[in-house]
Amino acid sequence: MSTVISVSGLRKSYGSTQAVAGVDLAIEQGEIFALLGPNGAGKTTTVEILEGFRDCDSGDVRVLDFDPSTKGHAGQSWRDRIGIVLQSTHDAGDLTVFESVSHFAMYYENPKDARDVIELVGLTEKSDALGRTLSGGQRRRLDVALGIIGNPELIFLDEPTTGFDPEARRAFWHLIRKLRDEGATILLTTHYLDEAEALADRVAVINRGKIIEIATPDQLGGRATSLATVSWRDGQDIRSEKSANPTALVASLSAQFGGEIPELNVKRASLEDIYLEMIGVDHA
Amino acid sequence: MRKPTALSIGIERGRLEIRQFLRQRESVVFTMLFPLILLAIFGSVFSNSISEGVTFSQYFVAGMIASGLVNTGFQQLAIMIPVERDFGTLKRLRGTPMPASSYFIGKAILVTLSMLVQVFLLLAAGIAFFGVHLPRSIDKWLLLVALLVLGSACSTILGIAFSNVPKSGRGASAVVSPVVIVLQFFSGVFFIFTDLPHWMQQVAAIFPLKWMTQGARSVFLPDSFATREVAGNWETGRTFAIIAAWLVVGLIWAIRSFKWERD
Repeated sequence: MSTVISVSGLRKSYGSTQAVAGVDLAIEQGEIFALLGPNGAGKTTTVEILEGFRDCDSGDVRVLDFDPSTKGHAGQSWRDRIGIVLQSTHDAGDLTVFESVSHFAMYYENPKDARDVIELVGLTEKSDALGRTLSGGQRRRLDVALGIIGNPELIFLDEPTTGFDPEARRAFWHLIRKLRDEGATILLTTHYLDEAEALADRVAVINRGKIIEIATPDQLGGRATSLATVSWRDGQDIRSEKSANPTALVASLSAQFGGEIPELNVKRASLEDIYLEMIGVDHA
Repeated sequence: MRKPTALSIGIERGRLEIRQFLRQRESVVFTMLFPLILLAIFGSVFSNSISEGVTFSQYFVAGMIASGLVNTGFQQLAIMIPVERDFGTLKRLRGTPMPASSYFIGKAILVTLSMLVQVFLLLAAGIAFFGVHLPRSIDKWLLLVALLVLGSACSTILGIAFSNVPKSGRGASAVVSPVVIVLQFFSGVFFIFTDLPHWMQQVAAIFPLKWMTQGARSVFLPDSFATREVAGNWETGRTFAIIAAWLVVGLIWAIRSFKWERD
């Protein structure tokens, strides 16, 4: 396994505002890595520095063993190995899906087959439809097709499923996993915690320009060892108790009720609860 | 598989640009038909003779051909590129290994083709309805070709440079079109240049459109008309020098200011 992205001491300010205040990251080959954080946390700035769209003030950044801020022709062969899916775009409305995808294939050294990619993102039936006639979800899948046509080793996905219906999101997650299974490394930014939980091998939470924690979704913020809340009906009242040993509590309740516990519910902190706590939002 | 060169990607981009242009009916009508409508109106209303053997319509056709260089290059690109910047087209391209030059080659192909079609349409209408004649000497043909090549290149580069001025794609045509229309009034497209107030002539002489129209007159009007120009002759050398100077200014301006994304 090799490190695809390594960042240390990354800083970037806009005027007097520090957007990124010392970020360290290491992303390994073949992982789906999610970067979470509220708006203005430094998420977009960090990703845009990694994508080579922005220069940093200080810090060491290596993406596929290359400094993304390098100017000129050297950047071209690096861009050949990455795929970028930006936040919502509305371009190429007057080209068909196939025209756009097959044209973008021309930019790359070793592209995938346009028809294969269109099939992979599930747009085969829309192959000859103009971009402007696509629905929001189809449009997003075209964005992905354009991002992966070059057969990238590393894919940046920025808010990929905003505006999707639940079914389309499931289909999209399936596609992302398929790309990872083919060997690509994926850096995902998202507002949806369930998306990060479903897809990511590891998540990083960024707030006020700093990484607060990097962990697997089920370990983040001490989630695995956090207290579980057990609740049940006792006569007129709903009672609840926080417990480090919920199984034992349930067993004793079961004995007490002689079997079935009325309206039993055992709940661990969701990724969203943990996340909101980490970024300091009072969600009680 | 061998990777295509910047030029071959640029040519392919040009084909796509043209395909997209033709699929946008409004742009075809606006860019191609509007000058013909203007020609029909002005050419019919002001058909009087302004000098021996020269009607205002002929004077106007020459001016509209020069304007065609500005419409298809400067105006078209300075409106189109901000929209592409807003839509994320440019940022997306920047994120691919496509050489930047390919993008500009594609635009240049679009401008060249639309310029040739527009000049052809204006000339055809001028010849059919307004007594315009094609040049009769090789010299004048060469002059025409040189004017179209240099004028269109200058206009294209300035359009790319000016594309950073409009704050948004939606507002672009409100910023760009008045610039073009005012320049047309000042540069002797709608009126006879020498009839304009002196200060207006002075202002117009700074900008390239005045020289493009004068150049077009030197191609399409009889040489006897040269005495009616400001300097009493066609000033061909100065015409090309000033257009070339603007090309250089535009190039430096474009290189320094071109942005691939909205701030």
